[in-house]
Amino acid sequence: MRKSSEPVFWFLFGAGGVIAAFLAPIHIVLTGIVGPAGGLESALEYERVLALVSHPVTKLYLFMLISLPLFHWAHRFRFTVVDLGLRASKRGIAFATYGSAAIGSILSALVLIRL
Amino acid sequence: MSKATIVLEVLRYRPEQEQEPTFQIYESEYREDWVVLDAINHIKDHIDGTLSYRWSCRMGVCGSCGMMINGEPKLSCATFLRDYYPDPIRVEPLANFPIERDLVIVMDDFMEKLTSVKPWILREHEKPISEGEYRQTPAELARYKQFSMCINCMLCYSACPVYALDPQFTGPAAIALAHRYNLDSRDQGRSWREQVLSTEEGIWACTYVGTCTVVCPVDVDPAGAIQQAKLSTTTDWFRDVLMPWKGR
Ligand code: SF4
Ligand code: FES
Repeated sequence: MRKSSEPVFWFLFGAGGVIAAFLAPIHIVLTGIVGPAGGLESALEYERVLALVSHPVTKLYLFMLISLPLFHWAHRFRFTVVDLGLRASKRGIAFATYGSAAIGSILSALVLIRL
Repeated sequence: MSKATIVLEVLRYRPEQEQEPTFQIYESEYREDWVVLDAINHIKDHIDGTLSYRWSCRMGVCGSCGMMINGEPKLSCATFLRDYYPDPIRVEPLANFPIERDLVIVMDDFMEKLTSVKPWILREHEKPISEGEYRQTPAELARYKQFSMCINCMLCYSACPVYALDPQFTGPAAIALAHRYNLDSRDQGRSWREQVLSTEEGIWACTYVGTCTVVCPVDVDPAGAIQQAKLSTTTDWFRDVLMPWKGR
């Protein structure tokens, strides 16, 4: 074992960064802009979308799409807050930020499982 | 015609006579081909012999003349007056280090960090001289060459906001040099160095601001070295956890 558990968080941070940079924008454009503008009428029908997201592979994909960027945020936010001067409560901040990302991930898993 | 001059506001600190550093204004001769160090040498030789600072090679090789020039860490022998003229230039000792006297900083912390990563070739067993040298291909040399160009000027420490906030941080140059030896095909000290590097004060303190790479006068790219070290440490970590039988 390495001395620090940091590699895990850094890995999640890196993976989340890739997803936030490359995949998230596609989803924002499709479901946030093109969809509401009426560009994807038939593709975004409720039944079709429900069938799509009920598939286990889609669920796994959506879980990564939601969870990893949360850990990306947690890592960034943790270091930002520490650098802003809360150095003394480093451990607590790490706990709170990664904890929030973990809670968010669990909630998204619950929602996805119940679909 | 009178000679052209340029104003230098130089930080002075003489611990035997003042509590706090002050600025002293000097008017130095100005020449188009002069660097800041030339002007400071001119001041020392002709205006005020009490000014203290470090320098040696005057050609960007020794790494001893680093100073804050208008707030930026730079080699004073590689910073031309003409880039500032006719405005005054503010010259201060390198930031993030204690001041010993005038422009001279205390570099003990840097020296300790440097030695802490053992920046030399470590071998589990030295082979006897009779077996000849450790040979290396040009490709093996190319892997680490860039990181071996460091002149220990400490500009990267002055530029690093993480080091400014947390002096425990091993810092850019020391990590870049550790990485340089880790990449060297003749070296076997990587897992040893990882004990120093892969800690919260080591590579994991770095938040990839990247100013070290911006100020480095010889393009070492310490920020890149730290990122590479993070990646290889992470790979090691996962290998150790997922495949513990593959001991290194
Ligand atoms: S890495 Fe660059 S800036 Fe840092 S000490 Fe070495 S030469 Fe100077
Ligand atoms: S005097 Fe040697 S690097 Fe500037």
